Amino acid sequence: MCLLDRLACRSALGKPVSPLAFARACFPGQALAAALMVVTVVPLTSATAADEPHFGKPITAQELAPWDISVGPDGAGLPPGKGTVAQGEAVFAAKCQACHGEKGQGRPNDRLVGGNIAPGQPTVKTVGSYWPYATTLFDYVRRAMPWDRPKSLSDDEVYAVAAYVLYLNGILGQDAALDAQSLPKVKMPNRDGFTPFPRWPPK
Amino acid sequence: MGRRRKEAPRAEPAAGNGILSRRFFLERTLAAGAAGLGASAAAAEPLAVPPWSREPGSDFTAYGQPSRFEGKVVRSWAAPANPATPGIGSSRTPHHLLDGMITPSGLHYERSHSGVPDIDPEQHRLLIHGLVRQPLVFSLEDLSRYPRVSRIAFIECAGNSGALYTAQAQPLNVQAIHGLLSCSDWTGVKLSTLLDEAGIDPRAKWVLAEGADASGMSRSFPLAKALDDAMVCLYQNGERVRPSNGYPLRLLLPGFEGNMNVKWLRRLNLVDAPIMTKDETSKYTILLKEDKAWQFVFPIEVKSIITRPSPGLTLKGPGFYEISGLAWSGNGRIRQVDVSADGGQSFAPAVLQEPVLPKALTRFRAAWQWGGGPAVLQSRAIDETGMVQPSRAQFVAERGLRGNFHYNAIASWRIDQAGEATNVFA
Repeated sequence: MCLLDRLACRSALGKPVSPLAFARACFPGQALAAALMVVTVVPLTSATAADEPHFGKPITAQELAPWDISVGPDGAGLPPGKGTVAQGEAVFAAKCQACHGEKGQGRPNDRLVGGNIAPGQPTVKTVGSYWPYATTLFDYVRRAMPWDRPKSLSDDEVYAVAAYVLYLNGILGQDAALDAQSLPKVKMPNRDGFTPFPRWPPK
Repeated sequence: MGRRRKEAPRAEPAAGNGILSRRFFLERTLAAGAAGLGASAAAAEPLAVPPWSREPGSDFTAYGQPSRFEGKVVRSWAAPANPATPGIGSSRTPHHLLDGMITPSGLHYERSHSGVPDIDPEQHRLLIHGLVRQPLVFSLEDLSRYPRVSRIAFIECAGNSGALYTAQAQPLNVQAIHGLLSCSDWTGVKLSTLLDEAGIDPRAKWVLAEGADASGMSRSFPLAKALDDAMVCLYQNGERVRPSNGYPLRLLLPGFEGNMNVKWLRRLNLVDAPIMTKDETSKYTILLKEDKAWQFVFPIEVKSIITRPSPGLTLKGPGFYEISGLAWSGNGRIRQVDVSADGGQSFAPAVLQEPVLPKALTRFRAAWQWGGGPAVLQSRAIDETGMVQPSRAQFVAERGLRGNFHYNAIASWRIDQAGEATNVFA
C-alpha cells in the first residue's frame, strides 16, 4: 500500500499514473504486485505519465434512445402508447398465430396460453402459468417478435398484442387496454413463484 | 538393451471391476499386473511403403481444415420443431471424438434464439449506459486499443445434460446428452476497465447485457461479477470470435451459465435491479418439486462426464482401456475426480491432466482393465470449494425432475459383454 500511495502522490495533479492503470487492467490479483516492482524501477518521466486508456466516446441519452429498449418490472422504459385486447386479436391473427397457434395454444412453436406448473400433472410453462411479470411480455415482443421481422411492431401494437395474450390467459378482461401506467400493475398468477438460488452468492 | 521389467511397479487394482491405480500414469514403467495386462497382443502385419510416401503431397492452404478422414467429427443438432423458424436451438460438441481441454472453435457448441447475425465489425458498437457518470460508445477499433487479457474458460449451456431430467434413461450418446459444453482460450478487455471509464453510479447493482442479434437476447447479471472476472472478448483460440459464438464481441462471465455470456454484445445497461427478461424468468429458472422455481442460478456447479468409453465407441475385447473425461466447476478449480467401474460401489482417484485451471475444463484419465463382463462407468468430481458432484439420487431428492436446467448429477455408462456403452441411470 505504501508503494501505491507514493506513486499516487507523485502523479501530476490527480492525473492517474498510467503504468499502474495498465498493470491493473492486465494483471488481476496478486500479479499486480510483481508488475508494480517493474514500474518502480522506471523513473517517472513523461513516458510513464501518459494518459490512462480512455477510448469510449460520449453519447447523450437522446442519441442512444433507439437502443434503450429494456423494460423493467416497475415499468421503467415503457414508451407512450396504448393498445386494446380487440386490437391485439387482429395483430395476433396476422403476425403471431402461424407459429403460436390459434388463441396461443402453441404448435409449431411455444404455447402461450393455459398450461400448468402444479406438481403431479405434466408441466406446461406459458405466459399465464409461469411468467412472473407482464412487463417481460412487452420487453420481449418488442425486441424479438414476430420472429421473421423483429422490432417491426409499433408500440401501440405491442401493447395490444400483450393485452390480447393476457386476455387469453384470463388475466385481463375482454374490454381491457394496456399502456405504460396499467401494464406494470398487472398481477401475474405466478408472480410469487420464484425464489433465489440458495447457493449464490457463495458463503 | 531390454528394460528390467521384473523390477517395475505393478498396475495395482484401486477400485472394483478393474479400475487400476493412477500410479499407472504417474510412474514411467509398469509391468503387467495380476490381471494380465498386455498379454493379448497379436503379431503385426508385414509393413509396406504406402503411396503417400512415394509422391509429393498437396500445396499450402489459406485456412486449414481437418483431414478428409475426420468427417465424422462434427457438431450435431436436432431438426427444428418448426422448419419455418430455423436458428432457434443449439448444436452440440462431439466430445466422444475429442481429447485435451480446448474445444476447436469450429466445434464449439452453438445456441441461438433467432439465428446467427452477419455483423459488419466496422459498424458494430458497444454502448455502456444507465447508472453511469457518462454513457459511452465503443467501436471495435476502440476496444482493440485497451490492454488485453486471456483466460481459458468453459462455457456450458444451462440446458446441457437436460436429457437426464427424465424418469427413464434414453439411448443417447455423449454429444446428444452433454454436447452443450465447450472450452476456449478467450482474449479481450476486462469489463471493469470499461465500466470504470464510464463511471459507476453507487446505485448500480446489476448490469443488463444485450446482443445485437434479431432476438436482442438479454440477461441481467450482478455488478459484482462485472467487477470480478468478466471480460468482453474479441478473440477465441487466437483468432476472432466465430460468428456463432458472438462475432465480433461477446461477453464472458467465467463459470456462469452459458446463456449469460451474451453473444454479439451491443449494450450494457447499469441498473439498480434485474430487468426480469424473458430468459431470466420464463427460461433458465429451475422449477422444483413443488410450485416454486429457483431464479438467478448463475454458477455451473461441479460436474464431470466420461467421454471415452462412451456410446458408439465399442470396446474391442477385454484388456486395458483408458477411461477419459472432462470435469469442471463454475466455482473454481477441480480438486479431484474419482472413477468407478461398478456403478459407484467403489471409486478410485483419476489423474488430472495439467493444466488444471479455475472455471476451465479439466481432462482426467484413469486406467481400467476390462475383464469382459458387465460394468457401469461413473465419474465424480470435487472442486476446490469442497463441493462434491451429487449422485443422481441426491440430485433428484433435492430438486425433482422438472428443472430442465443445470443438471450436474453423476452420469453412468453401462458396458455390456459386447463392449457396447449405453446411457443408464445407476
